[in-house]
Amino acid sequence: MPEPSSAAVRPAPTGVIHDIGYQRYEGPRLGRRHVFGALYLHGVRTVFGFGRSAKAKIFPWLVVGIVTLVAVALAAIRSQIGEVVATYAQFADSMSWLVIFFVAVAAPELVSRDLRSGVLPLYFSRPLPRTDYALAKLLALVTALWLLLGGPQLLMFLGAAFTTKDGMSGVWNELLDLLPGLLYAGLWAAVFASIGLLVASLTGKRAFAAGGVVAVFLMTTPIVGVLSILPSRAANELAGLASPTTLVRGTGIWALGDLLFDDGEAGLSIGGFGPVYALAAVLLVAGATALLLARYRKVAS
Amino acid sequence: MTLIATQSLTKTYGGRVTALADLTVAVEPGIIGLVGANGAGKSTLIKILLGLIAPTSGQVSVLGIDPTTDPAAVRARVGYMPEHDCLPPDLSAAELVTHLGRMSGLPRTAARERASEALRHVGLYEERYRPVGGYSTGMKQRVKLAQALVHDPDLLLLDEPTNGLDPAGRDAMLALVHRIGTEFGISVLVCSHLLGEVERICDTLIAIDGGKLLRADHISAMTEATDVLAVEVSEGTEELAARLTALKLPVARDGRLLLVPLADDRTYDLILGAVAELDLPLHRLDQRRHRVAELFAARELTNA
Repeated sequence: MPEPSSAAVRPAPTGVIHDIGYQRYEGPRLGRRHVFGALYLHGVRTVFGFGRSAKAKIFPWLVVGIVTLVAVALAAIRSQIGEVVATYAQFADSMSWLVIFFVAVAAPELVSRDLRSGVLPLYFSRPLPRTDYALAKLLALVTALWLLLGGPQLLMFLGAAFTTKDGMSGVWNELLDLLPGLLYAGLWAAVFASIGLLVASLTGKRAFAAGGVVAVFLMTTPIVGVLSILPSRAANELAGLASPTTLVRGTGIWALGDLLFDDGEAGLSIGGFGPVYALAAVLLVAGATALLLARYRKVAS
Repeated sequence: MTLIATQSLTKTYGGRVTALADLTVAVEPGIIGLVGANGAGKSTLIKILLGLIAPTSGQVSVLGIDPTTDPAAVRARVGYMPEHDCLPPDLSAAELVTHLGRMSGLPRTAARERASEALRHVGLYEERYRPVGGYSTGMKQRVKLAQALVHDPDLLLLDEPTNGLDPAGRDAMLALVHRIGTEFGISVLVCSHLLGEVERICDTLIAIDGGKLLRADHISAMTEATDVLAVEVSEGTEELAARLTALKLPVARDGRLLLVPLADDRTYDLILGAVAELDLPLHRLDQRRHRVAELFAARELTNA
C-alpha cells in the first residue's frame, strides 16, 4: 500500500492506487552513538522477549516472576516479624542459580541466533564497527541481569521503607543498605554476562550455547568444593577464585563486606586475599570482553 | 564522477591463493555487471569495496572514498546484498528491514517508513508481516534486496541476486534491478556467473577470470555492429558466395553457413534476390546477434 502522501492526493477517481515512485531519503542520518544505542536497546528488549514471539517471552518472564515473588515475600515477612530474613546481597546470592539459567537462555538469544542465521554480514556491511556490535550486546546483557537482580532489590527496599518505624532516618539507613546491594548486583551482572556471552558467541547452535554456559558455571563449583577441604588454609581461602559464583561473592565480601553481609553469614572465608579476589574479578571481565572482541574481529568476514 | 576505481588491486590469501591479481578498472555510475566464473574473485572484490577485507596491495576508491581508510563513510552510502542466506527465520520482513535501517543510522520513524517503502518497491506487501522463515526463495531474495535499499544508498552491491530463482523469478529480479538502476537513480553493481543474464540489464560490463581483468567496457561498445545474417543453402554455397561478393557484400564462410553483416533492410532483399536468381534451395536465413560471450572468447583467443 502506498503511503498517503500529499503527492498522491490529487483529484482522481477514488480507489486508484498511485505509484508515487521511489523517493530519495533526505532526512537525518544518525551517528555511531545513536546506532550503538539502538542496538543496545534492541538487545535489552530481545533478552526479555519484547518484539519476539510469545514463546520467547515465557522463560525470561518466568525467571522475572520468581525473583519478584521472592523479593515480595522477603519484604512481607520482614514487615510482619520485623526481622531481616535476607540482606540485599544474600538475596542476590540465593538467586544465583536463576541468574545462571537466565544467562544460559539470554546470551544465545543475543548472539548465537545472529551467528546461526548468517545475518552478521548485513550488520558489518553497515557503518557500525564490529566492536560496537559485540559491546552493545554485552552491555545489553549486563543491563538485563542488573535489572533482574536490582529490580527485586528495589522492591525489597520499598517494602522496608514504607514499613520502617524509624521515620526518615530508617529510610535513609535502608537506602545505605540498598546502594551497596545494587553495586553487588552490578558485579554479578558484569561477571556473568561477560562469560556467558563469550561462551555463547562461540557457536550458532542455541542448545549448545545454553549447555555451554551452564556447564562453565556448574563445572567450576566442584573445584571450589575440593579446594576448600584441602588441608591448607591458603588453598581454602583462595578456593573461591575457581568459580565465578564464589569469585563474585569473595569480591563482594572484600569490597563491601560489612555493608553486604553480617559476620560469618557469607559462607565463604577469604582471609586476607580480598584484593586477589577483586583483581581476579576485574581480570576475568576484562579478559572475557577482550576475547569476545577478538572473536568478532574474525567472525563472518 | 567515477563510481568505482581500482589501481593494481591485488588480494592474496595466506600468500598462496590469489583472489585478485593486479586489477585496474574504472567505471562510471549506472548498472554495472561483474561477470566471472565461480572463484573468479567477484565476492572478494565486493568485500574489498565494502572495506570488509583489506587488499594485499593496490588502491581502491568507491564513490570517491577509500574503503581501506574510511570504511564507515563508504558503507553509509552503499547497500549490500550478500549471496548466501542471511535472514533470521523468526523475524518478519518488516521488523528485520526496520531494524537494519536503524543500524544504518535512520531515526526510528524514518526507519519504519523507509522499510515499508523498500519492501513495497521490491514487491512485498501484506506478507511482510509474516515470519521470513515461511517465505519462498524469491521472496527471501526480495527481502535481501530491500534491506540493501532501506537507507537509500548511492550504490548497491548485489552478489548473485538471481541465485536459486526459477526462470520467471530471475526475470522479475533482473527487471527490478534494472528499474532500481534506471528509475531510482541508484548505481548498481550486479555480480553473476551468468553473462547472458547481466548483459540484458547492464550499461557497463566487467569480466574477470582467475582474479584478472578480462575486459571492462560499455556494453554498447562491445555489441555495436555485431548483427549478422546467417544464410544456409542446401547446395550451391560457393555460387551464392561468389554472387554476394559480386554484389559488394562482405561474405564470410562459417562451415556450411555464409555470414553477411547486416547493414540495413536492403541486405535481406539483396540476399533473397541472389538466392532466387540462382534458384537455390534456401535452408535458412536468420539474424544473429553477437553475444558478448563471443567477444570475450575471441579476446581470450587473441591473448593466448
